[in-house]
Amino acid sequence: MVKSLALIASKGSLDWAYPPFILASTAAALDYEVQIFFTFYGLALLRKDLSDLKVSPLGNPAMSMPIPMPNLVQMLPGMESMATMMMKQKIASKGVASIEDLRTACLESGVKLIACQMTVDLFDFKNEDFIDGIEFGGAATFFQFAGESDVQLFI
Amino acid sequence: MEFDKEVDATGLNCPLPILRCKKGLSEINAEQVLKVISTDPGSVKDFNAFCVQTGHQLLQLDVDEKTFVFYIKKRTI
Repeated sequence: MVKSLALIASKGSLDWAYPPFILASTAAALDYEVQIFFTFYGLALLRKDLSDLKVSPLGNPAMSMPIPMPNLVQMLPGMESMATMMMKQKIASKGVASIEDLRTACLESGVKLIACQMTVDLFDFKNEDFIDGIEFGGAATFFQFAGESDVQLFI
Repeated sequence: MEFDKEVDATGLNCPLPILRCKKGLSEINAEQVLKVISTDPGSVKDFNAFCVQTGHQLLQLDVDEKTFVFYIKKRTI
């Protein structure tokens, strides 16, 4: 009996891009059938160009910084870009996969990626902004698979 | 230990060693043995979990300081 995993990816920052793609690619390697439903800011993870993904220490007290930094400093122009650059350097130096690589691994192992049609319309996105090989659907589409799945997670 | 294919996952972090292992297994025949080299300390637990869940057999694990070498026999079906 094949197990299955249904994920909702609702966040579009560089750090939050990891959990859905790591879990989905690993589950696929464990022979799970996997679908990820991308909604609201999660849609950013399906765009052709992932270089816009950023991470911000602002409003995230748990993010460790090399030196203590008050919110007032973190809100200065350029701080977000700097935090993103530092995070990307750390990711590469620790042998952690890039989001592109994990997304490709998901597609290659048959993970089904579904973009929320309502969000696409809401934000005036165009279908050609997104990578090939994805599907478009709504909440009922998600439940058709999630209702029969062994594991369901909202990320 | 004899093996049929080797996958080098040194320097890679979770979940890449498992993904490389899975890819390696897809490129050998049933009952053949895949050797995977990893430097990720978390891979010891992960490879055990991978084999328990997929039915592939972990024949041997060699630990040499910070390097972990797994020998995995591909399941029959």
